[in-house]
Amino acid sequence: MLTLILQSLVDGILMGGIYGLVAIGLTLIFGVMKIINFAQGALLMLGMYISYWSFSLLGLNPYLSIPLSAISLFFIGAIIQKTILSKMLNAPEHNQLLVTLGIMLVIENLALILWSPDFRSVKLEGFIQTFNIGEVGVNVPKLIAFIAAIVLSIGLFLFLKKTMLGKAIRATSINRNGAMLSGINTNRINYIAFGLGASLAAIAGSLITPFFYTSPTVGATFILKGFVVVVLGGLGNFIGAIIGGLIIGISEALGGAFLPGSLKELMTYIIFVIVLMAKPNGLFGGKAR
Amino acid sequence: MRKFPILISLALLIFTFFPLIVKDQYYMHIAILILYYALVSQAWNILSGYSGQFSFGHAAFFGTGAYTSSILFTKLGVSPWIGLFAGALIAALIGLFIGYLSFRFKLRGVFFSLGTLAFAEILRIIIQNFDIFNKTLGVLIPYKPDPLMFQFSSRTTYYYIILLFAFAVTVLVYYISRSKLGYNLVAIRENEDAAQSLGVNTYKNKMIAIAISASLTAIGGTFYAQYMLFIEPATTFSNDVSINILLPAIIGGAGTVLGPIVGSLIIIPIGELTTTLFGNFVGANLMAYGVILILVMLYLPEGIVGWFQNKFGKEKNAKKKKDNSINGGEDVGTFKN
Repeated sequence: MLTLILQSLVDGILMGGIYGLVAIGLTLIFGVMKIINFAQGALLMLGMYISYWSFSLLGLNPYLSIPLSAISLFFIGAIIQKTILSKMLNAPEHNQLLVTLGIMLVIENLALILWSPDFRSVKLEGFIQTFNIGEVGVNVPKLIAFIAAIVLSIGLFLFLKKTMLGKAIRATSINRNGAMLSGINTNRINYIAFGLGASLAAIAGSLITPFFYTSPTVGATFILKGFVVVVLGGLGNFIGAIIGGLIIGISEALGGAFLPGSLKELMTYIIFVIVLMAKPNGLFGGKAR
Repeated sequence: MRKFPILISLALLIFTFFPLIVKDQYYMHIAILILYYALVSQAWNILSGYSGQFSFGHAAFFGTGAYTSSILFTKLGVSPWIGLFAGALIAALIGLFIGYLSFRFKLRGVFFSLGTLAFAEILRIIIQNFDIFNKTLGVLIPYKPDPLMFQFSSRTTYYYIILLFAFAVTVLVYYISRSKLGYNLVAIRENEDAAQSLGVNTYKNKMIAIAISASLTAIGGTFYAQYMLFIEPATTFSNDVSINILLPAIIGGAGTVLGPIVGSLIIIPIGELTTTLFGNFVGANLMAYGVILILVMLYLPEGIVGWFQNKFGKEKNAKKKKDNSINGGEDVGTFKN
């Protein structure tokens, strides 16, 4: 019993890091542009396919294709921002949500057309898949993904705190007009923020390809969890996103251990609904909107 | 909108005679789809278009309608005609429950959208995990044509039934839009705090809107089940269903009476056309919908009907203003007398 709980905790924490990484991208985009990006899951899926194809066509280890997927998605993100979202910045918020929904539909179904709905997976050979600590098994690719997620989050946090560009991004997210008056090119910040958000999704995607199936609709699983995590942690809150990710990862793993069938999925949404009702600004959110 | 009765009678006339002219079963099927999407999107329009509470989870109500009538029919032999009302009632109750949780706790804007999305997912997971709903297998409805059991041997009958439903709901929306409820809902959409300060009971009005919207969506669900004769969680409770419900209204113009019909008339044929042309590619129609959605959001953010009304409404207003300025003095004089 104890082993089961410990095992679930380990699995949950490892998966939670990935959810946190997806959510950080969402939260970065929301923080700067005040847009909730429905297409985040679709961008993650693109990252997965980049790693999948580099693996199956070029024999490249998915971890080595991370720079490729991060950079490609940065540009795809910047293009989406330039051609579509930059024109939607002052639109009503539900229209912004709808336009990202449209982007998601296009990307997902384009992938479906190009690569068929087949589930594909990357099999890494000559690679230790799991090791045991006592009776608890640790999945190595998941551990790598988790560590990478934590390192990336800390890196992003430092980038935003310490660098000039990071400060400009934060300034834009706090007060767009004020930032503009202080000489920050807020349009450029938008491209960078959306590009970075897309890259983060892509990196998350590449990191999970070794242990998660790749398919055109895989993004839907992650986008819904991403929303939950972001709302849990408070929109625009980075540390909150990681903690929210861990909460969802753990509750899902515990639910999986003790609830029959796919009822574990309920855990996520019930937590979501409760948080939405009780604290729509997130568990760590401060003032009311 | 004063032209509405003429427009809708004309549309009804065309739709009524459509089966007499077009005999092809495939075109009949498309016409049924158009009317059916117009119906559910019109139902969505009451809550989301008029009161501005954008629901991304209407699949919750749609699926409730489809499952209530189908389970009652297959397990207890209850006629889907009764199931239709039972489904509408249960959906209204679920709607009121969602509304209570959302509106009491002041869930607004995108938070409401995300909340409704979560509620639909919760219902889908419940359906998928209990034997009474056949889990992920779905419900197969045995085909025994009997008008009393909401099953017909001819497609044309289905056509006239959905025409009646869609027409009735559109007329209902027309009357709501001109009633106190409609004005209250629009006031809530434009500025909820201002509406409240002017004495509009925003909570009560939103609750009425969600109950009506949910029950009418459920009626669409029952029709879908009886027409397709097969339902499963993926085709009734998934996000795709919610998206398909809101698309016609968004494209045609949310918060307008004709919007859902116009939207449905545009996107269903486009979807069918892409499916026919690119049949080998699953997802071509949804991709087309995505492109249309992006274009509409960029260039006609209020939808086609909304754009039309703005354009021609404004011209009319401008003309009126001009007239007033010419006879301005006299007008004031007459008013004084």
